[in-house]
Amino acid sequence: MESASPEVAVIKMYQAREEIYPREIQGRYATLRWFFVWATQLLFYGLPWFSWNDRQAVLFDLGTRKFYIFGIVLWPQDFIYLAALLIISAYSLFLFTAIFGRVWCGFACPQTVYTEIFMWIERKIEGDRSARIRLDRQPASFRKFSRKLAKHMSWGALALWTGFTFVGYFTPITVLANEVSALTLGPWEWFWVLFYSFATYGNAGWMREQVCKYMCPYARFQSAMFDKDSLIITYDAGRGEPRGARHKDDPATAKALGDCIDCSMCVQVCPTGIDIRKGLQYECIGCAACVDACNSVMDKIGAPRGLVRYWTDHAMTNRWTAEQIFSHMFRPRVLIYTSVLIVIVSVFFGTLLTRTPVKMDVIRDRGSMGREIENGMIENVYRLQLMNTDESAHHYRISVSGIDSIKLQGAGEFALNGTESRAVAVNVRVDEAKGEKGSNKIWFTLVDIDNPDILVKEKAVFFVPR
Amino acid sequence: MADFTSGFWGIYITVLTIVSVFGCAWLLWSQSTIKTAVSKDGHVETTGHTWDEGLEELNNPMPRWWMWLFYITIVFGLAYLFLYPGLGAYAGKLGWASKSQYEEELKLADEEYGPLFAKYQQVDIKMLAVDPQAHAIGERLFLTYCAQCHGSDARGNKGYPNLTDSDWLHGGEPDAIKATILKGRNGTMPPMSAAVGTEKDIENVAHYVLSFSDSAADPIKAAIGKEKFAACAACHGANGKGNTAVGAPNLTDKTWLYGGSVTTIMEIIRGGRNNVMPAFAEFLGEAKVHLLSAYVWGLSNNSTLPAASK
Repeated sequence: MESASPEVAVIKMYQAREEIYPREIQGRYATLRWFFVWATQLLFYGLPWFSWNDRQAVLFDLGTRKFYIFGIVLWPQDFIYLAALLIISAYSLFLFTAIFGRVWCGFACPQTVYTEIFMWIERKIEGDRSARIRLDRQPASFRKFSRKLAKHMSWGALALWTGFTFVGYFTPITVLANEVSALTLGPWEWFWVLFYSFATYGNAGWMREQVCKYMCPYARFQSAMFDKDSLIITYDAGRGEPRGARHKDDPATAKALGDCIDCSMCVQVCPTGIDIRKGLQYECIGCAACVDACNSVMDKIGAPRGLVRYWTDHAMTNRWTAEQIFSHMFRPRVLIYTSVLIVIVSVFFGTLLTRTPVKMDVIRDRGSMGREIENGMIENVYRLQLMNTDESAHHYRISVSGIDSIKLQGAGEFALNGTESRAVAVNVRVDEAKGEKGSNKIWFTLVDIDNPDILVKEKAVFFVPR
Repeated sequence: MADFTSGFWGIYITVLTIVSVFGCAWLLWSQSTIKTAVSKDGHVETTGHTWDEGLEELNNPMPRWWMWLFYITIVFGLAYLFLYPGLGAYAGKLGWASKSQYEEELKLADEEYGPLFAKYQQVDIKMLAVDPQAHAIGERLFLTYCAQCHGSDARGNKGYPNLTDSDWLHGGEPDAIKATILKGRNGTMPPMSAAVGTEKDIENVAHYVLSFSDSAADPIKAAIGKEKFAACAACHGANGKGNTAVGAPNLTDKTWLYGGSVTTIMEIIRGGRNNVMPAFAEFLGEAKVHLLSAYVWGLSNNSTLPAASK
């Protein structure tokens, strides 16, 4: 940096990434993270292989626009459920962040989960932190090349399996497996398998903390999600400072020092490469690796655990106990998030599980305002779009009500196969004397002949010419 | 390209686009390094930019890969402009156009669905009318292309014939229906006031016309009108039974395309009528029209189709 003039220099407005070599750590939080890795990935990799009534249990069929989730078949008309799901996710994130900080980032986010798996592979092939640093500094050699090759091949294999699984949610996975083994995938299947694999490989293998630091918006608005009563990773400066190494033969120095022995373990294990002792930073994903690291060191030097711990800002300043932290958990924002979440979740599941497996849209024929036919009757024509959202065939009866003498022409009975959608035309007649001139409100009622609980009522307009 | 009325605008856009793209590249390159103050230990605290006297920009360099993304977008943009139309009148190396893409997709759709329709084209219309699957296809076609005028139930509307009864302006045989859909029809009745006579005569003829179908016609007026009906008989026939060869309606049934009141009938005698059914041969193609003909014919000749599929 020092150039011709000592005060002014040409600097770059961009910087190269500095490789981070997180040290492996064991402890309570590491175990918890591995639990989440197993739970989320068993779900992700396993779910497409389950069957339900002779079809894949979870399948998003984009071609026919039917979305199967176990016993439920969702149609594009059910888009509201996706919106509700996103609202639920957002509020859960708000709630969990307000109480527990960035636990999502540290334990369940796919970026963290896949990075954890990829780092495990890296450790198995290239060795621990110091071995990896040594290997990278070595000049090119056969040993270095073979290690790197093995690592990237393993990453690639896992990434491809991930991409394959992802597409397996959209194309039946058994069909997809056959296509893969015969290399007869369609162009879009190829694209998505490879794209998703590449994204997994690139993000978990190469980008890692760069995703969290520069791509993810969440880090940038964490200050709006936190308050001083949110649990975050904190360093107990009051107990730790002044930091410094101890010498066995010099107990006097040790007395003058705080508990932090400045071993830098907390920095070495950090996946984003920060020093938590500098306080809360936007890079901190709340993974608590430094908590595990510091606790193991404290155990070794015989000091109490918790020099770095999950704690709140208020509790640290006011020297609160865990009970006091708990009592400050129930603050207005938490209560509001919780109640909103409870309402949306109950409406979501309530309507989803009790919804009627048939839909009916009533479209009045716009060409005619109403026909005058014999015996002083007025006739209107409607097109009914019937959608059987169930997977078995049903037999429906349609009736009309709303005006005295209103009558549907014909039997009004229709049979629909499973997940069939069909438009039918129906005539409705009213005695001219009974209806009012102009628009009359009427209702179409559709009922399942074999199961009267399946009933849909739709409002429509009957027009009597003036 | 036909979008431009003169060559100037094509060149204008080309120059502007190229200059902008290279301008972005130059900006990116020229701004990737700056001269600024460095502290004694080599640490760069701020970029040296200050605003409003005291606001300083801290030195937070962006990652290098991010900068590469900017360069990649520039390369992508240039490649795109080379391959696809974007620079004025230049059509692009690949020669892509939305029109040819549409035609391509149309061709693919025809290849996929064409055989399905072609299969039915060989079958006689009367046989097709009792084929449940052909009926279902015909119904969907009818609801898409015909229902706007003839109604979803095909029972017509004022001015648009009912297709479910046995009254046909141009004939109800399968071939006649198919010809109607393929080529369209133009039903013209000229104004007849000159030929019929006075307003009184017109009223009398109207009552005579009504008397064919036993409607509430005045018998005296009808009797007088009978003589003047001679002018109408050329098309509608002396007995008023109409003539499908010229599309003249049968006046003796109770079916009235525009209404059966004396006033309406007088109006028609006075002013005539002009009614058009458009031709669908080019728009739908003969195969679809064949299926539609079967559906329409079946509407008034339908006795054997399973009840459930109605």
